[in-house]
Amino acid sequence: MSQHVEFTLAELMIVAASEAWRGNGEILASGIGVIPRIGASLAKLTHSPELLMTDSEAFLVSEPIPLGPRGDYVPKYEGYMGFDRVFECVWGGLRHAMIGPTQIDRWGQSNLSVVGGDYKKPKVAMLGVRGLPGNSINHINSFFVPNHNSRALVAGEVDMVSGVGFKKERWEKGVRRDLMDIRRIITNLCVLDFEGPDRACRVRSLHPGVGFEEVQDNTGFPLLKADNLGETTHPTAEQMAVIAKMDPHNLRGAQLKGNPPGIRPAA
Amino acid sequence: MNKQLSATEVVARLRDGMTIGIGGWGPRRKPMAIVREILRSNLKDLTIVAYGGPEVGMLCAAGKVRKLIFGFATMDPIPLEPYFRKAREAGTLEVFEVDEGMFEWGLRAAGMRMPFLPTRCGLATDVVKHNPHLKTIQSPYADGEVLLAMPALKLDVALIHVNEADKLGNTLITSADPLFDNLFARAADACYVSAERVVDKFALDTHAVRFNLFERYLVTGVVHAPCGAHPTYCGPDYGWDLAHLKKYNASASEESGWANYVKEFVACTETEYLAKNGGAETIGKLPMPIF
Repeated sequence: MSQHVEFTLAELMIVAASEAWRGNGEILASGIGVIPRIGASLAKLTHSPELLMTDSEAFLVSEPIPLGPRGDYVPKYEGYMGFDRVFECVWGGLRHAMIGPTQIDRWGQSNLSVVGGDYKKPKVAMLGVRGLPGNSINHINSFFVPNHNSRALVAGEVDMVSGVGFKKERWEKGVRRDLMDIRRIITNLCVLDFEGPDRACRVRSLHPGVGFEEVQDNTGFPLLKADNLGETTHPTAEQMAVIAKMDPHNLRGAQLKGNPPGIRPAA
Repeated sequence: MNKQLSATEVVARLRDGMTIGIGGWGPRRKPMAIVREILRSNLKDLTIVAYGGPEVGMLCAAGKVRKLIFGFATMDPIPLEPYFRKAREAGTLEVFEVDEGMFEWGLRAAGMRMPFLPTRCGLATDVVKHNPHLKTIQSPYADGEVLLAMPALKLDVALIHVNEADKLGNTLITSADPLFDNLFARAADACYVSAERVVDKFALDTHAVRFNLFERYLVTGVVHAPCGAHPTYCGPDYGWDLAHLKKYNASASEESGWANYVKEFVACTETEYLAKNGGAETIGKLPMPIF
């Protein structure tokens, strides 16, 4: 008998995020942002202890560090990983990062630079391309989308292709495409992957109470249904305990507007 | 062999139109005392090369920047740099926007006196579309792989902030992450270093020397600038000043916000600047950021 577990949508997404790192082997897991980071921590503390993680500054730690003020917690350092070393890791391909770009398109291309207007005079300037070009062409990436809509999952190409994707026309002859992969997109509605024909985007699982049509209506490009499309796996009591330990200040509760429950109340 | 200068003397050596690399990363260990001195000067038309933080926004706000070579501009806990955004959205800023790794490669190439270094970073993205001067190169070996030839990012001047220096130009960076400051030093014709502490001549043990990351022959001048990275993070000496960064950020959405920021924090001496931020003792107690 499994016991009844109450969970929020953020916690459901954390568990879905952690699944992205399952079976990746001994690589660096980089979850950027609260939900991806707790997801990576959950992966390491449950199904994939071989993963490497950092303190998000410069040190490798043998145990994921809880988010926010640490009290008397002392990080368990096992190695060094300054930015210089992170780049070496990226170029060697032994990393799986999960980040939250501003835009993602049907080819998995991502944008963190500018939106709208002209490139020389954009409507909105964001961070810049950061490490997306290098990360995306060298190692596995997944994405996190807290607000699944057609502004984030856009109709055409993203406004400034910062991270590479599966669009054939973008790849000049002779450029190696075999070093990159895009695995999952964890959104507040569903989990997407790129396992359709020619790496087309599919709905892999739907969060409780969400229908395929709702997801499609909020996505700028056509989606496929995964075979055996079902519901996103609910957190277990064990996973909930790990999540609470990793996020003692409940930062996860502030990541989604209104911190909705994992199972939608009936309309 | 005494390389000690004041920040004012350093800035007097800079010229309009120069390409200036600024060490650090985002709101981490930026040579802000020298940057403030540039803000006080008449310098213009600069090409700024940086893993950008608030210094990029300030130099843009002050109209000093003609061109920006960058991968990002951010203040970490405040993700978007407000004055960088303004300049970018006004269309007044010429940009060469590259991947963080391409940026490193450009500095390395310059330091090694190479015209370029090959990389995969940037291929199949709009980085190549928006920078048509970037060329690819085919491997001359059997694999025939096509790679991006990241051109050298040669700097006229590099500005760096370190924890310790001596008057000969020896430096120690004891922060958790030395970032890429060594590459800025190598890529530049002249490198000016500001330091929390300056001594006449280092006498170090073999543990401490591991924090010496580039040679003194690369260092042209040394500036004694206690709290010289404020409001950015300079571990282990002090954390970033989030209250100051918030105030700076808020100024961008206020009428005459930049002019007011200048009036309060730029149009003064560095001693007055530190006093306005609570003094060196208070800054020294700013907590290390929690990542």
